[in-house]
Amino acid sequence: MKFSESWLREWVNPSLTTQELEAQVTMAGLEVDGVEGVAAAFSGIVVGEVIKREQHPDADKLSLCQVSDGAELFQVVCGAANVREGLKIPFAKIGAILPGADGKDFKIKKAKLRGVESFGMLCAESEMGMSDSSDGLMELAGDAPVGSDIREYLKLDDSIIEVDLTPNRADCLSVKGLAREVGTLNKKDVTEPVINPVAATIDDVVDVKLSAPQACPKYVGRVIKSVNVKAQTPLWMVEKLRRSGVRSIDPIVDVTNFVLLEQGQPMHAFDLAKLEGAIDVRMAKANEELTLLGGQEIKLTNDTLVISDQSKALAIAGVMGGEFSGVTADTKDIFLEVAYFNPVSIAGKARNYGLHTDSSHRFERGVDYRLQAVAMERATQLIQDICGGVAGPVVETVEESAMPVEATVKLRASRIKQVLALELPKADITDMLTRLGMQVTETGSGWTVNVPSYRFDISIEPDLIEEIARIYGYNNLPVNTPVGALELEVTQEINTPIQVIKQFWVDRGYQEAITYSFVDPKVQKLVDPEIEGLALANPISADMGVMRTNLWVGLIKAAEHNLNRQQDTVRLFESGLRFVPQKDELVQDAVISGLICGSRISKGWTNSSEKVDFYDLKGDVEEMLTLGGQSGYHFEVGSHPALHPGQCAAIFKGAKQVGLMGALHPVLQKQLGIKTQLYVYELLLADVSEGVLPKFKAVSKFPEVSRDLAFVVDESVQWSQVESVIREKAGDKLNSVTLFDVYRGQGIENGRKSLALGLTWQDPSRTLNDEEITSWVDSVVASLTEGLAAQLRG
Amino acid sequence: MENLQNLVAAALANVKEAQDVQALDQVRVDYLGKKGQITALLKTLGKLSNEERPQAGAKINEAKQQVEVAISEKKAALEGAALSEKLKSESIDITLPGRGQKAGGLHPVTRTLQRIESFFSNAGYSVAVGPEVEDNFHNFDALNIPAHHPARAMHDTFYFDAQNLLRTHTSPVQIRTMETQEPPIRIICPGRVYRCDSDVTHTPMFHQIEGLLVDKQVSFADLKGTVEQFLRVFFEDENLDVRFRPSYFPFTEPSAEFDIKWEASKTGWLEVGGCGMVHPNVLKSSGVDPEEYMGFAFGLGVERLAMLRYGVSDLRMFFENDLKFLAQFN
Repeated sequence: MKFSESWLREWVNPSLTTQELEAQVTMAGLEVDGVEGVAAAFSGIVVGEVIKREQHPDADKLSLCQVSDGAELFQVVCGAANVREGLKIPFAKIGAILPGADGKDFKIKKAKLRGVESFGMLCAESEMGMSDSSDGLMELAGDAPVGSDIREYLKLDDSIIEVDLTPNRADCLSVKGLAREVGTLNKKDVTEPVINPVAATIDDVVDVKLSAPQACPKYVGRVIKSVNVKAQTPLWMVEKLRRSGVRSIDPIVDVTNFVLLEQGQPMHAFDLAKLEGAIDVRMAKANEELTLLGGQEIKLTNDTLVISDQSKALAIAGVMGGEFSGVTADTKDIFLEVAYFNPVSIAGKARNYGLHTDSSHRFERGVDYRLQAVAMERATQLIQDICGGVAGPVVETVEESAMPVEATVKLRASRIKQVLALELPKADITDMLTRLGMQVTETGSGWTVNVPSYRFDISIEPDLIEEIARIYGYNNLPVNTPVGALELEVTQEINTPIQVIKQFWVDRGYQEAITYSFVDPKVQKLVDPEIEGLALANPISADMGVMRTNLWVGLIKAAEHNLNRQQDTVRLFESGLRFVPQKDELVQDAVISGLICGSRISKGWTNSSEKVDFYDLKGDVEEMLTLGGQSGYHFEVGSHPALHPGQCAAIFKGAKQVGLMGALHPVLQKQLGIKTQLYVYELLLADVSEGVLPKFKAVSKFPEVSRDLAFVVDESVQWSQVESVIREKAGDKLNSVTLFDVYRGQGIENGRKSLALGLTWQDPSRTLNDEEITSWVDSVVASLTEGLAAQLRG
Repeated sequence: MENLQNLVAAALANVKEAQDVQALDQVRVDYLGKKGQITALLKTLGKLSNEERPQAGAKINEAKQQVEVAISEKKAALEGAALSEKLKSESIDITLPGRGQKAGGLHPVTRTLQRIESFFSNAGYSVAVGPEVEDNFHNFDALNIPAHHPARAMHDTFYFDAQNLLRTHTSPVQIRTMETQEPPIRIICPGRVYRCDSDVTHTPMFHQIEGLLVDKQVSFADLKGTVEQFLRVFFEDENLDVRFRPSYFPFTEPSAEFDIKWEASKTGWLEVGGCGMVHPNVLKSSGVDPEEYMGFAFGLGVERLAMLRYGVSDLRMFFENDLKFLAQFN
């Protein structure tokens, strides 16, 4: 809501500077978004009159004018199309200071234009900093006093204040409402303009039927005939409208806009000649057509309230009028509408048609349901003042049963103390609420408050407590520290907190990333083709259209971003939700994921330039899985469409698969245009953060016995197979199995590999003897030879 | 005894001449060893009379000690020199960078969230989280935002269908907590939230952190105190000016926005969050009796706080994941 400070001060004039006023209303919850001068800081411009206009001898588009400042005539060359004899305009005389387009002021000097001397300049609004652009000279009223200073004449020493009102404060969407608020804050009375009812001098009426009384319980109409639509809207009204950001259109529209700004009541004027029979306020028929003011053609839906006559819809109620029935330059007789629409029936309707109007903005939030008759009289009076005309009787059609019920709220003094930790004299609270327009009755325990018809935001006790806090000043309210019982919280020791898991990856050289939860559907499809991701109905852009089913899509994009910026090593991790649609539900699991690529260690004097591979990532993953203690994880050959079929591991915790890791599939790499091989993992956070409690085992005092063995096996034999045979056959004293070399090449047949491993045994109560060890080794060798075609190397 | 003096002089001269530890040891053997010359003198003591023996013995022992001291001093000097030589040859350029994997770092949003979580968990709040794909009930209805309420339009919601959406705030976690937990409740809810808005100062995804306290006696004064203390602790400025302005959120009443004093801002104040006393309808919809219990809630944008704290100028950098940006917070 934009308004001029001087307009507000006509209603209530506290002894505050503009800045103080701005701070005061902001701190009362009407946040001031900006304050600007009504015009730039120019000087030396007076009201001038074009006495004579001739064509410039050497330029088609220039006029040669004789301009009076009331005392003498000046020759001025002017390029505006609307310059004409008799026109009154802002005239910048020699020596005037005007704002320049570059922000610097400039001074008007005598000039020669196409060989003709010019003594001054005729001004447009934009040249005085009154608007951003203008079409021709600013045309002043015919009665403008020639020679008077334009700043005084137009009252330009004024500020435009814009308040950003929260949706609950519809009552302040008018000068009247703002004045009431400022009056309360300053304990000053508000002066309202005198509105005298205009008596009917003709009998003409339009009948009104309320077919949807829940949506429109009250409709006030009036016929005014023989209005002069071509009359000039007075300067004071044009300026008030302009300072509220509303352009003057014609006097009828100007008056309805003025009443909307002053009283907060939207209204509409129809061309009486275009109406066919009685007005019917009804719900639209499905696909009913309507051409709006401005020419937009729409098809209505049947949840939209319309104003119609007996043949067709004329306007969307509370939103916008139709073109056909609107006031035009040829209009002679009008029908004025002032209605109350239920906010629920208007809310969202304008938006559904891509519209937002001053009217819908107010009706959605709530317009004073007792204001209609007052607004009608105010508008009639103003129209008659400007356009003449004769008024018919005011016809008020009301469905009382559907009208809002005035709220009565009980307010307890004890509750104020409890909520605000504040005790105020009873009279102070009564005064605050009374100034806000409430009817207040003091009771033994507090107050009974009747809420005024313009406060849609007050229906329960806390609403009143907020009003008291607001007027008293939030910053003046007491400050405390909450007090509570010091109970200890139960925590599970076996759960590794997410902070610890994150810190693990940080320590391992990974940088935490946060990527968008919605990703490019095309990339999502490439990475996870078997799952249909959850698509947004209204994505912000096409490449953010679907919810991620894993975190790889975002991490790959982040890796690509960095690889394209000369990073030779990228290690990233992220934790967050993935969104996997399943038959009946959407599974939102928290996961931890990561990605590595490029050099194993970033370029340096100690390092070789080796690239990372599967085992770099696996080493990190394995270590992370030990954070909660040894909890029984194992890796199996896995598969995922995004991963290399020969370099993909499924990670199991007991029987449950809790994650996947592997090299990105070369085909996918190619489709994504990424040359550097990427390795990724993803683990279910809930599973991997649950560990086991450490359990003490006695430390043996007897020596360990070790044996190193080497076997040649087929390439297809996996280490896990070899390891499980060893663990089965090497006896129950086996302490550890360590694989310390994998060799291919000279001395080993093609398709085979040599595995060198060390076994250690230990007994808690004695030293193991050679025979026992030999028998275990023999058993291992025999089983490997038999089961896995292994060959012991000498 | 003249002989003794000469012997000592010769021994000392030999000590002085010794160039290394081996040569010095030879000197020790020559004079003090089992067959050494000074040792030999000691053996002659037996031949002396009882009167002469103590004096002569003392003199020889004195001589022996003199040589021993000289040897050990020389030995220390030689060893010291050898060590110096060894150390010198082993010197390296300690300004060369070290070997191995560099540590990574937490995202600035996580860093900010972890700090905030620790402030509140130290004061007895626990961390609560919830789903990000939410339903209308938890995101709006239960928070006293009925359908077609203008506040819904303000939220620029991402929808999947008529019922399901991306949560526009972390407030649904309040509802989910109150549905399952009896008061007193003290929680802090961090997480991702989504709004269909993207420009220089908005990203369609960002993070909020929200606090909720529900107990038998909780006042607006407690809320003011909590928010004010939080901001002072967060910015490590015990004199930070904080102001509260009336505002509107359907789920709190009274509602407030809070600003901190910020020189660079046009008005001198900068809005950092919203708060209020939990609306009775919200308590009721979560099964809590608003006559018995009261509560306050507050919420802040995490990126905003991180930007102020670390001087980040462009919000969008948080989600580009450029290593040159991320590594600045390591």
